[in-house]
Amino acid sequence: MPVVMDAERISRALTRISHEILEHNRGLSDLALVGVRSRGVPIAQRLAGDIKNITGEDVAVGALDITLYRDDLMGASVGVAPMVRKTEIPFSIDGRTIVLVDDVLYTGRTTRAAMDALTDFGRPKSIQLVVLVDRGHRELPIKADYVGKNVPTSRQESVQVKLRELDGVDEVLLQGKG
Amino acid sequence: MDVAPIAPAAPPLTALRHKHLLGIADLSAEEIVLVLDTAEAMKEVGQRTIKKVPTLRGRTVINLFFEPSTRTRTSFEIAEKRLSADTLNVAIASSSVVKGETLVDTAMNLEAMSPSMIVLRHASSGACHLLARICKAAIVNAGDGMHEHPTQALLDAFTIRERKGRIAGLKIAIVGDLLHSRVLRSNVLLLTKLGADVWVCAPSTLIPPGMKQMGVRVTTRVEEAVKDADVIMMLRIQLERMQGAYFPSQREYFATFGMTEARVRLAKPDVIIMHPGPINRGVEIASEVADGKASVILDQVANGVAVRMAVLYLLAGGTEHEAAS
Repeated sequence: MPVVMDAERISRALTRISHEILEHNRGLSDLALVGVRSRGVPIAQRLAGDIKNITGEDVAVGALDITLYRDDLMGASVGVAPMVRKTEIPFSIDGRTIVLVDDVLYTGRTTRAAMDALTDFGRPKSIQLVVLVDRGHRELPIKADYVGKNVPTSRQESVQVKLRELDGVDEVLLQGKG
Repeated sequence: MDVAPIAPAAPPLTALRHKHLLGIADLSAEEIVLVLDTAEAMKEVGQRTIKKVPTLRGRTVINLFFEPSTRTRTSFEIAEKRLSADTLNVAIASSSVVKGETLVDTAMNLEAMSPSMIVLRHASSGACHLLARICKAAIVNAGDGMHEHPTQALLDAFTIRERKGRIAGLKIAIVGDLLHSRVLRSNVLLLTKLGADVWVCAPSTLIPPGMKQMGVRVTTRVEEAVKDADVIMMLRIQLERMQGAYFPSQREYFATFGMTEARVRLAKPDVIIMHPGPINRGVEIASEVADGKASVILDQVANGVAVRMAVLYLLAGGTEHEAAS
Protein backbone atom coordinates (compact mmCIF):
# COMPACT_ATOMS: atom_id res chain seq x y z
CA MET A 1 0.00 0.00 0.00
CA PRO A 2 1.82 3.13 -1.17
CA VAL A 3 2.48 5.81 1.43
CA VAL A 4 2.05 9.14 -0.31
CA MET A 5 2.93 11.28 2.73
CA ASP A 6 4.85 10.32 5.85
CA ALA A 7 4.95 12.12 9.21
CA GLU A 8 7.72 14.51 8.20
CA ARG A 9 6.05 15.40 4.94
CA ILE A 10 2.74 16.07 6.68
CA SER A 11 4.45 18.24 9.27
CA ARG A 12 6.32 20.26 6.63
CA ALA A 13 3.17 20.71 4.54
CA LEU A 14 1.23 22.04 7.53
CA THR A 15 4.02 24.46 8.48
CA ARG A 16 4.08 25.75 4.90
CA ILE A 17 0.29 26.16 4.90
CA SER A 18 0.49 28.10 8.19
CA HIS A 19 2.90 30.56 6.54
CA GLU A 20 0.64 30.78 3.50
CA ILE A 21 -2.42 31.52 5.65
CA LEU A 22 -0.55 34.33 7.40
CA GLU A 23 0.82 35.73 4.15
CA HIS A 24 -2.49 35.57 2.32
CA ASN A 25 -4.45 37.20 5.15
CA ARG A 26 -1.69 39.68 6.10
CA GLY A 27 -1.73 38.53 9.69
CA LEU A 28 -4.21 37.07 12.08
CA SER A 29 -6.87 39.69 12.59
CA ASP A 30 -10.36 38.16 12.66
CA LEU A 31 -9.07 34.76 11.59
CA ALA A 32 -10.45 31.49 12.96
CA LEU A 33 -9.82 27.86 12.03
CA VAL A 34 -12.72 25.41 11.80
CA GLY A 35 -11.90 21.73 11.38
CA VAL A 36 -14.38 19.38 9.71
CA ARG A 37 -14.88 16.25 11.83
CA SER A 38 -13.19 13.90 12.27
CA ARG A 39 -9.70 14.43 10.84
CA GLY A 40 -10.03 18.11 10.00
CA VAL A 41 -10.10 18.92 13.71
CA PRO A 42 -6.60 17.74 14.71
CA ILE A 43 -5.21 19.25 11.49
CA ALA A 44 -6.79 22.61 12.44
CA GLN A 45 -5.28 22.32 15.93
CA ARG A 46 -1.83 21.64 14.48
CA LEU A 47 -2.13 24.65 12.17
CA ALA A 48 -3.09 26.77 15.19
CA GLY A 49 0.02 25.45 16.97
CA ASP A 50 2.25 26.31 13.99
CA ILE A 51 0.70 29.78 13.72
CA LYS A 52 1.37 30.32 17.43
CA ASN A 53 5.02 29.27 16.91
CA ILE A 54 5.39 31.76 14.08
CA THR A 55 3.50 34.75 15.49
CA GLY A 56 3.25 34.08 19.21
CA GLU A 57 -0.49 34.64 18.93
CA ASP A 58 -3.42 32.31 19.58
CA VAL A 59 -5.97 31.63 16.89
CA ALA A 60 -9.47 30.35 17.66
CA VAL A 61 -10.23 26.75 16.64
CA GLY A 62 -13.67 25.19 16.21
CA ALA A 63 -14.99 21.77 15.20
CA LEU A 64 -17.76 21.28 12.67
CA ASP A 65 -19.81 18.10 12.22
CA ILE A 66 -21.46 18.17 8.81
CA THR A 67 -23.49 14.95 9.04
CA LEU A 68 -26.84 16.73 9.35
CA TYR A 69 -26.06 18.71 6.17
CA ARG A 70 -24.99 15.85 3.92
CA ASP A 71 -26.79 15.60 0.58
CA ASP A 72 -26.46 11.82 0.36
CA LEU A 73 -27.90 11.10 3.80
CA MET A 74 -31.59 10.80 3.14
CA GLY A 75 -31.46 9.60 -0.44
CA ALA A 76 -33.02 6.34 -1.51
CA SER A 77 -30.32 3.72 -1.14
CA VAL A 78 -27.36 5.10 0.74
CA GLY A 79 -27.86 2.85 3.73
CA VAL A 80 -27.44 3.79 7.33
CA ALA A 81 -27.15 7.27 8.69
CA PRO A 82 -23.64 8.03 9.92
CA MET A 83 -22.98 8.88 13.55
CA VAL A 84 -23.69 12.52 14.34
CA ARG A 85 -21.25 14.26 16.61
CA LYS A 86 -21.18 17.65 18.25
CA THR A 87 -20.34 20.87 16.49
CA GLU A 88 -18.26 23.10 18.75
CA ILE A 89 -17.72 26.65 17.58
CA PRO A 90 -17.20 28.59 20.81
CA PHE A 91 -16.89 32.00 19.11
CA SER A 92 -18.93 34.21 16.80
CA ILE A 93 -18.11 33.73 13.13
CA ASP A 94 -19.82 36.97 12.08
CA GLY A 95 -17.45 39.19 10.10
CA ARG A 96 -14.55 36.79 10.58
CA THR A 97 -12.36 35.07 8.04
CA ILE A 98 -13.05 31.37 8.56
CA VAL A 99 -10.44 28.91 7.40
CA LEU A 100 -12.16 25.54 6.92
CA VAL A 101 -9.83 22.59 7.41
CA ASP A 102 -10.38 19.07 6.07
CA ASP A 103 -8.18 16.07 5.42
CA VAL A 104 -9.13 15.12 1.85
CA LEU A 105 -10.80 17.10 -0.92
CA TYR A 106 -12.55 14.78 -3.37
CA THR A 107 -16.02 15.46 -4.82
CA GLY A 108 -16.41 18.74 -2.94
CA ARG A 109 -19.70 17.65 -1.37
CA THR A 110 -18.34 17.66 2.17
CA THR A 111 -17.07 21.20 1.64
CA ARG A 112 -20.47 22.24 0.29
CA ALA A 113 -22.14 20.77 3.39
CA ALA A 114 -19.56 22.46 5.63
CA MET A 115 -20.27 25.85 4.07
CA ASP A 116 -24.02 25.34 4.53
CA ALA A 117 -23.45 24.38 8.17
CA LEU A 118 -21.16 27.36 8.78
CA THR A 119 -23.62 29.87 7.39
CA ASP A 120 -26.19 28.64 9.93
CA PHE A 121 -23.84 29.98 12.60
CA GLY A 122 -23.56 33.46 11.16
CA ARG A 123 -22.15 35.45 8.25
CA PRO A 124 -18.39 35.12 7.95
CA LYS A 125 -16.48 37.80 6.05
CA SER A 126 -14.98 35.06 3.91
CA ILE A 127 -14.41 31.31 3.95
CA GLN A 128 -11.11 29.77 2.86
CA LEU A 129 -10.31 26.09 2.51
CA VAL A 130 -7.31 24.05 3.66
CA VAL A 131 -6.93 20.38 2.70
CA LEU A 132 -4.07 18.05 3.46
CA VAL A 133 -4.69 16.08 0.24
CA ASP A 134 -6.47 17.08 -2.97
CA ARG A 135 -7.24 13.92 -4.91
CA GLY A 136 -9.29 15.48 -7.75
CA HIS A 137 -12.62 14.31 -9.22
CA ARG A 138 -14.64 17.35 -8.18
CA GLU A 139 -18.41 17.18 -8.67
CA LEU A 140 -19.04 20.76 -7.54
CA PRO A 141 -17.32 24.06 -8.40
CA ILE A 142 -15.07 24.07 -5.31
CA LYS A 143 -11.34 24.72 -5.06
CA ALA A 144 -8.99 24.68 -2.09
CA ASP A 145 -6.98 27.79 -1.17
CA TYR A 146 -4.23 25.80 0.56
CA VAL A 147 -3.24 22.24 -0.38
CA GLY A 148 -0.78 19.98 1.45
CA LYS A 149 -0.28 17.70 -1.54
CA ASN A 150 -2.02 17.07 -4.84
CA VAL A 151 -2.42 13.31 -5.31
CA PRO A 152 -3.65 12.16 -8.72
CA THR A 153 -6.02 9.21 -8.19
CA SER A 154 -8.57 7.10 -9.98
CA ARG A 155 -12.09 6.88 -8.60
CA GLN A 156 -11.50 3.24 -7.71
CA GLU A 157 -8.73 4.17 -5.31
CA SER A 158 -9.21 5.53 -1.84
CA VAL A 159 -7.05 7.96 0.09
CA GLN A 160 -6.68 7.26 3.79
CA VAL A 161 -5.32 9.92 6.12
CA LYS A 162 -4.05 8.71 9.48
CA LEU A 163 -3.25 11.17 12.26
CA ARG A 164 -1.52 10.39 15.53
CA GLU A 165 -4.27 12.06 17.59
CA LEU A 166 -6.87 9.61 16.25
CA ASP A 167 -4.93 6.75 14.66
CA GLY A 168 -1.63 6.72 16.54
CA VAL A 169 0.42 7.42 13.40
CA ASP A 170 0.86 10.20 10.83
CA GLU A 171 0.60 9.02 7.24
CA VAL A 172 -1.40 9.29 4.05
CA LEU A 173 -2.05 6.06 2.14
CA LEU A 174 -3.35 5.38 -1.34
CA GLN A 175 -5.35 2.15 -1.45
CA GLY A 176 -6.98 -0.26 -3.86
CA LYS A 177 -5.65 0.53 -7.29
CA GLY A 178 -8.48 -0.31 -9.67
CA MET B 1 5.51 -18.96 19.19
CA ASP B 2 2.96 -17.20 17.11
CA VAL B 3 1.32 -14.27 18.70
CA ALA B 4 -2.39 -14.29 17.95
CA PRO B 5 -3.30 -11.11 16.13
CA ILE B 6 -5.38 -8.79 18.23
CA ALA B 7 -8.93 -8.99 16.98
CA PRO B 8 -9.99 -5.61 15.65
CA ALA B 9 -12.62 -3.99 17.84
CA ALA B 10 -16.12 -4.31 16.44
CA PRO B 11 -17.01 -1.11 14.60
CA PRO B 12 -19.16 1.13 16.75
CA LEU B 13 -22.88 0.78 16.17
CA THR B 14 -24.21 3.60 14.00
CA ALA B 15 -27.76 2.45 13.33
CA LEU B 16 -30.71 0.93 15.10
CA ARG B 17 -31.61 -2.67 14.35
CA HIS B 18 -35.34 -2.11 13.97
CA LYS B 19 -37.27 0.07 11.59
CA HIS B 20 -39.69 1.26 14.29
CA LEU B 21 -39.32 2.47 17.86
CA LEU B 22 -42.07 0.53 19.61
CA GLY B 23 -40.52 0.10 23.02
CA ILE B 24 -37.33 -0.06 25.05
CA ALA B 25 -37.87 -3.85 25.19
CA ASP B 26 -36.63 -4.10 21.57
CA LEU B 27 -33.45 -2.07 22.13
CA SER B 28 -30.06 -3.38 23.21
CA ALA B 29 -27.89 -1.46 25.67
CA GLU B 30 -25.67 -0.55 22.73
CA GLU B 31 -28.59 0.92 20.78
CA ILE B 32 -29.71 2.93 23.81
CA VAL B 33 -26.22 4.42 24.13
CA LEU B 34 -26.28 5.23 20.39
CA VAL B 35 -29.51 7.21 20.84
CA LEU B 36 -28.06 9.06 23.85
CA ASP B 37 -24.81 9.89 22.05
CA THR B 38 -26.70 11.11 18.98
CA ALA B 39 -28.92 13.22 21.24
CA GLU B 40 -25.84 15.06 22.54
CA ALA B 41 -25.10 16.32 19.04
CA MET B 42 -28.79 17.21 18.61
CA LYS B 43 -28.77 19.19 21.85
CA GLU B 44 -26.06 21.42 20.39
CA VAL B 45 -28.34 22.22 17.42
CA GLY B 46 -30.96 23.46 19.91
CA GLN B 47 -28.44 25.86 21.43
CA ARG B 48 -27.68 27.63 18.15
CA THR B 49 -29.21 30.91 17.04
CA ILE B 50 -30.62 29.13 13.99
CA LYS B 51 -32.09 25.98 15.55
CA LYS B 52 -32.65 24.10 12.32
CA VAL B 53 -30.72 21.66 10.16
CA PRO B 54 -31.79 20.39 6.71
CA THR B 55 -31.49 16.67 7.51
CA LEU B 56 -35.10 15.49 7.07
CA ARG B 57 -36.03 17.85 4.24
CA GLY B 58 -38.79 16.36 2.12
CA ARG B 59 -39.86 13.82 4.72
CA THR B 60 -43.35 13.91 6.15
CA VAL B 61 -44.01 13.02 9.77
CA ILE B 62 -47.55 12.60 11.07
CA ASN B 63 -48.20 13.06 14.77
CA LEU B 64 -51.24 10.93 15.46
CA PHE B 65 -52.40 11.56 19.02
CA PHE B 66 -55.43 9.71 20.38
CA GLU B 67 -54.83 10.94 23.92
CA PRO B 68 -54.34 14.43 25.27
CA SER B 69 -50.71 15.51 25.44
CA THR B 70 -48.96 18.86 25.61
CA ARG B 71 -45.39 18.01 26.40
CA THR B 72 -44.84 14.96 24.23
CA ARG B 73 -46.67 16.24 21.16
CA THR B 74 -45.04 19.67 21.29
CA SER B 75 -41.66 18.08 21.88
CA PHE B 76 -42.00 15.78 18.88
CA GLU B 77 -43.23 18.63 16.71
CA ILE B 78 -40.30 20.87 17.64
CA ALA B 79 -37.88 17.99 17.07
CA GLU B 80 -39.37 17.34 13.62
CA LYS B 81 -39.25 21.03 12.68
CA ARG B 82 -35.64 21.39 13.84
CA LEU B 83 -34.75 18.57 11.45
CA SER B 84 -36.73 20.28 8.62
CA ALA B 85 -39.34 17.52 8.27
CA ASP B 86 -42.83 18.47 7.14
CA THR B 87 -45.07 17.77 10.11
CA LEU B 88 -48.74 17.55 10.60
CA ASN B 89 -50.79 16.85 13.67
CA VAL B 90 -53.90 14.74 13.73
CA ALA B 91 -55.72 15.30 16.98
CA ILE B 92 -58.55 13.03 17.92
CA ALA B 93 -61.16 15.74 18.51
CA SER B 94 -60.91 16.98 14.91
CA SER B 95 -60.38 13.63 13.18
CA SER B 96 -62.66 11.06 11.57
CA VAL B 97 -62.26 8.94 14.68
CA VAL B 98 -65.17 10.86 16.18
CA LYS B 99 -67.21 9.62 13.19
CA GLY B 100 -66.40 6.04 14.15
CA GLU B 101 -63.36 5.26 12.03
CA THR B 102 -61.14 2.51 13.44
CA LEU B 103 -57.44 2.95 14.21
CA VAL B 104 -56.50 0.66 11.33
CA ASP B 105 -58.65 2.54 8.81
CA THR B 106 -57.31 5.87 9.98
CA ALA B 107 -53.76 4.56 9.67
CA MET B 108 -54.35 3.05 6.20
CA ASN B 109 -55.69 6.36 4.96
CA LEU B 110 -52.79 8.33 6.37
CA GLU B 111 -50.43 5.70 4.96
CA ALA B 112 -51.90 6.26 1.49
CA MET B 113 -50.45 9.78 1.65
CA SER B 114 -46.92 8.31 2.04
CA PRO B 115 -45.61 9.72 5.28
CA SER B 116 -42.07 8.66 6.27
CA MET B 117 -42.98 8.32 9.90
CA ILE B 118 -46.00 8.18 12.16
CA VAL B 119 -45.66 9.21 15.79
CA LEU B 120 -48.50 7.49 17.64
CA ARG B 121 -50.01 8.08 21.07
CA HIS B 122 -52.90 5.75 21.89
CA ALA B 123 -54.79 4.61 24.98
CA SER B 124 -54.50 0.93 24.04
CA SER B 125 -51.37 -1.05 24.82
CA GLY B 126 -50.03 -2.55 21.60
CA ALA B 127 -51.58 0.03 19.23
CA CYS B 128 -48.11 0.86 17.89
CA HIS B 129 -47.29 -2.80 17.24
CA LEU B 130 -50.52 -3.09 15.29
CA LEU B 131 -49.65 -0.12 13.07
CA ALA B 132 -46.09 -1.36 12.62
CA ARG B 133 -47.49 -4.54 11.08
CA ILE B 134 -49.68 -2.77 8.54
CA CYS B 135 -47.80 0.47 7.72
CA LYS B 136 -44.78 1.07 5.52
CA ALA B 137 -44.02 4.21 7.50
CA ALA B 138 -41.73 3.93 10.52
CA ILE B 139 -43.79 3.98 13.72
CA VAL B 140 -42.60 5.86 16.79
CA ASN B 141 -44.36 5.01 20.02
CA ALA B 142 -45.26 8.21 21.88
CA GLY B 143 -47.04 6.24 24.61
CA ASP B 144 -49.37 3.28 24.22
CA GLY B 145 -51.78 2.51 27.05
CA MET B 146 -49.99 1.07 30.08
CA HIS B 147 -47.33 -0.53 27.91
CA GLU B 148 -44.40 1.72 27.00
CA HIS B 149 -43.31 5.31 26.46
CA PRO B 150 -39.82 4.78 25.07
CA THR B 151 -38.83 8.36 24.25
CA GLN B 152 -39.65 9.41 27.82
CA ALA B 153 -37.31 6.75 29.22
CA LEU B 154 -34.61 7.78 26.73
CA LEU B 155 -34.84 11.44 27.71
CA ASP B 156 -34.79 10.47 31.40
CA ALA B 157 -31.65 8.42 30.80
CA PHE B 158 -30.10 11.29 28.85
CA THR B 159 -30.81 13.67 31.75
CA ILE B 160 -29.36 11.24 34.31
CA ARG B 161 -26.23 10.67 32.23
CA GLU B 162 -25.81 14.41 31.70
CA ARG B 163 -25.95 15.07 35.46
CA LYS B 164 -24.20 11.98 36.80
CA GLY B 165 -21.90 11.06 33.93
CA ARG B 166 -23.13 7.46 33.98
CA ILE B 167 -26.11 5.23 34.70
CA ALA B 168 -24.50 1.92 35.73
CA GLY B 169 -24.30 1.49 39.48
CA LEU B 170 -26.55 4.42 40.40
CA LYS B 171 -29.32 3.89 42.91
CA ILE B 172 -32.49 5.08 41.24
CA ALA B 173 -35.73 5.22 43.25
CA ILE B 174 -38.97 5.35 41.28
CA VAL B 175 -41.92 6.38 43.45
CA GLY B 176 -45.58 6.78 42.51
CA ASP B 177 -48.34 5.14 40.51
CA LEU B 178 -46.46 2.11 39.20
CA LEU B 179 -49.60 0.25 38.17
CA HIS B 180 -50.85 2.59 35.43
CA SER B 181 -47.47 3.83 34.29
CA ARG B 182 -46.00 3.18 30.86
CA VAL B 183 -43.18 5.55 31.87
CA LEU B 184 -42.29 3.14 34.69
CA ARG B 185 -42.16 0.15 32.37
CA SER B 186 -39.94 1.82 29.80
CA ASN B 187 -37.69 3.28 32.49
CA VAL B 188 -37.26 -0.01 34.34
CA LEU B 189 -36.39 -1.80 31.09
CA LEU B 190 -33.90 0.87 30.11
CA LEU B 191 -32.24 1.49 33.47
CA THR B 192 -31.77 -2.22 34.21
CA LYS B 193 -30.29 -2.77 30.73
CA LEU B 194 -27.73 -0.07 31.52
CA GLY B 195 -26.91 -1.56 34.91
CA ALA B 196 -28.60 0.78 37.40
CA ASP B 197 -29.76 -0.37 40.84
CA VAL B 198 -33.47 0.35 40.49
CA TRP B 199 -35.92 0.55 43.40
CA VAL B 200 -39.64 1.02 42.96
CA CYS B 201 -42.02 2.18 45.66
CA ALA B 202 -45.80 2.57 45.88
CA PRO B 203 -48.76 1.55 48.03
CA SER B 204 -49.25 -2.19 47.54
CA THR B 205 -52.47 -1.52 45.59
CA LEU B 206 -50.46 0.35 42.95
CA ILE B 207 -47.66 -2.21 42.47
CA PRO B 208 -48.21 -4.28 39.33
CA PRO B 209 -47.42 -8.01 39.45
CA GLY B 210 -44.07 -9.20 38.14
CA MET B 211 -41.96 -6.21 39.22
CA LYS B 212 -39.32 -8.40 40.87
CA GLN B 213 -38.93 -10.41 37.67
CA MET B 214 -38.03 -7.14 35.91
CA GLY B 215 -34.89 -6.98 38.03
CA VAL B 216 -35.88 -4.22 40.44
CA ARG B 217 -36.29 -4.04 44.19
CA VAL B 218 -39.79 -3.38 45.45
CA THR B 219 -40.77 -1.63 48.67
CA THR B 220 -43.80 0.09 50.14
CA ARG B 221 -41.61 2.22 52.44
CA VAL B 222 -40.62 5.41 50.64
CA GLU B 223 -37.82 6.07 53.16
CA GLU B 224 -36.18 2.78 52.23
CA ALA B 225 -36.48 3.53 48.51
CA VAL B 226 -34.91 6.98 48.66
CA LYS B 227 -32.17 6.20 51.22
CA ASP B 228 -28.80 7.06 49.63
CA ALA B 229 -30.46 7.35 46.22
CA ASP B 230 -28.58 9.12 43.40
CA VAL B 231 -31.80 9.76 41.51
CA ILE B 232 -35.41 10.06 42.68
CA MET B 233 -37.89 9.67 39.87
CA MET B 234 -41.46 10.58 40.73
CA LEU B 235 -44.41 9.23 38.79
CA ARG B 236 -47.68 11.06 38.50
CA ILE B 237 -50.67 9.80 40.44
CA GLN B 238 -52.98 9.37 37.50
CA LEU B 239 -56.05 10.92 39.07
CA GLU B 240 -58.10 10.20 35.93
CA ARG B 241 -57.50 6.47 36.41
CA MET B 242 -58.21 6.41 40.13
CA GLN B 243 -61.83 5.25 40.02
CA GLY B 244 -60.82 2.18 42.01
CA ALA B 245 -60.06 2.81 45.68
CA TYR B 246 -56.29 2.46 45.44
CA PHE B 247 -55.64 4.67 48.49
CA PRO B 248 -57.90 6.46 50.97
CA SER B 249 -57.26 10.07 49.96
CA GLN B 250 -54.80 12.27 48.10
CA ARG B 251 -53.89 13.81 51.44
CA GLU B 252 -53.05 10.46 52.96
CA TYR B 253 -51.07 9.50 49.88
CA PHE B 254 -49.00 12.65 50.21
CA ALA B 255 -48.42 12.00 53.91
CA THR B 256 -47.19 8.46 53.29
CA PHE B 257 -45.52 8.61 49.84
CA GLY B 258 -45.25 12.29 48.87
CA MET B 259 -41.76 13.55 48.11
CA THR B 260 -41.06 16.13 50.80
CA GLU B 261 -37.84 17.94 51.62
CA ALA B 262 -37.43 15.71 54.69
CA ARG B 263 -37.54 12.58 52.56
CA VAL B 264 -35.20 14.04 49.95
CA ARG B 265 -32.64 14.57 52.74
CA LEU B 266 -32.40 10.78 53.16
CA ALA B 267 -30.94 10.52 49.67
CA LYS B 268 -27.38 11.41 48.63
CA PRO B 269 -26.58 15.13 48.98
CA ASP B 270 -26.28 15.47 45.19
CA VAL B 271 -29.52 13.61 44.42
CA ILE B 272 -31.53 14.77 41.43
CA ILE B 273 -35.34 14.83 41.41
CA MET B 274 -37.12 13.87 38.22
CA HIS B 275 -40.74 13.81 37.11
CA PRO B 276 -42.13 13.10 33.63
CA GLY B 277 -44.94 15.64 34.16
CA PRO B 278 -47.54 16.84 34.46
CA ILE B 279 -46.94 17.15 38.19
CA ASN B 280 -49.64 17.10 40.87
CA ARG B 281 -48.29 19.50 43.47
CA GLY B 282 -49.09 18.37 46.98
CA VAL B 283 -50.10 14.86 45.81
CA GLU B 284 -46.93 13.04 44.79
CA ILE B 285 -44.48 15.89 45.18
CA ALA B 286 -44.17 18.97 47.40
CA SER B 287 -43.82 22.27 45.57
CA GLU B 288 -40.53 23.03 47.37
CA VAL B 289 -39.08 19.81 45.95
CA ALA B 290 -40.50 20.26 42.44
CA ASP B 291 -39.09 23.79 42.27
CA GLY B 292 -35.99 23.14 44.39
CA LYS B 293 -32.40 23.14 43.22
CA ALA B 294 -32.17 19.35 43.02
CA SER B 295 -35.07 19.30 40.56
CA VAL B 296 -34.21 18.58 36.93
CA ILE B 297 -37.83 18.43 35.78
CA LEU B 298 -37.46 21.26 33.26
CA ASP B 299 -34.12 19.87 32.03
CA GLN B 300 -36.03 16.70 31.19
CA VAL B 301 -38.41 18.70 29.03
CA ALA B 302 -35.55 20.49 27.28
CA ASN B 303 -33.68 17.23 26.68
CA GLY B 304 -36.83 15.64 25.29
CA VAL B 305 -36.47 17.60 22.07
CA ALA B 306 -32.84 16.50 21.56
CA VAL B 307 -33.64 12.86 22.27
CA ARG B 308 -36.60 12.85 19.89
CA MET B 309 -34.46 14.46 17.18
CA ALA B 310 -31.98 11.63 17.69
CA VAL B 311 -34.70 8.98 17.39
CA LEU B 312 -36.17 10.54 14.23
CA TYR B 313 -32.74 10.89 12.68
CA LEU B 314 -31.72 7.32 13.45
CA LEU B 315 -35.00 5.86 12.18
CA ALA B 316 -34.92 7.97 9.02
CA GLY B 317 -31.42 6.75 8.29
CA GLY B 318 -32.55 3.15 7.98
CA THR B 319 -31.53 -0.01 9.77
CA GLU B 320 -28.27 -1.92 9.73
CA HIS B 321 -30.10 -4.75 8.05
CA GLU B 322 -31.19 -2.56 5.14
CA ALA B 323 -27.65 -1.25 4.73
CA ALA B 324 -26.26 -4.74 4.37
CA SER B 325 -28.68 -5.78 1.65
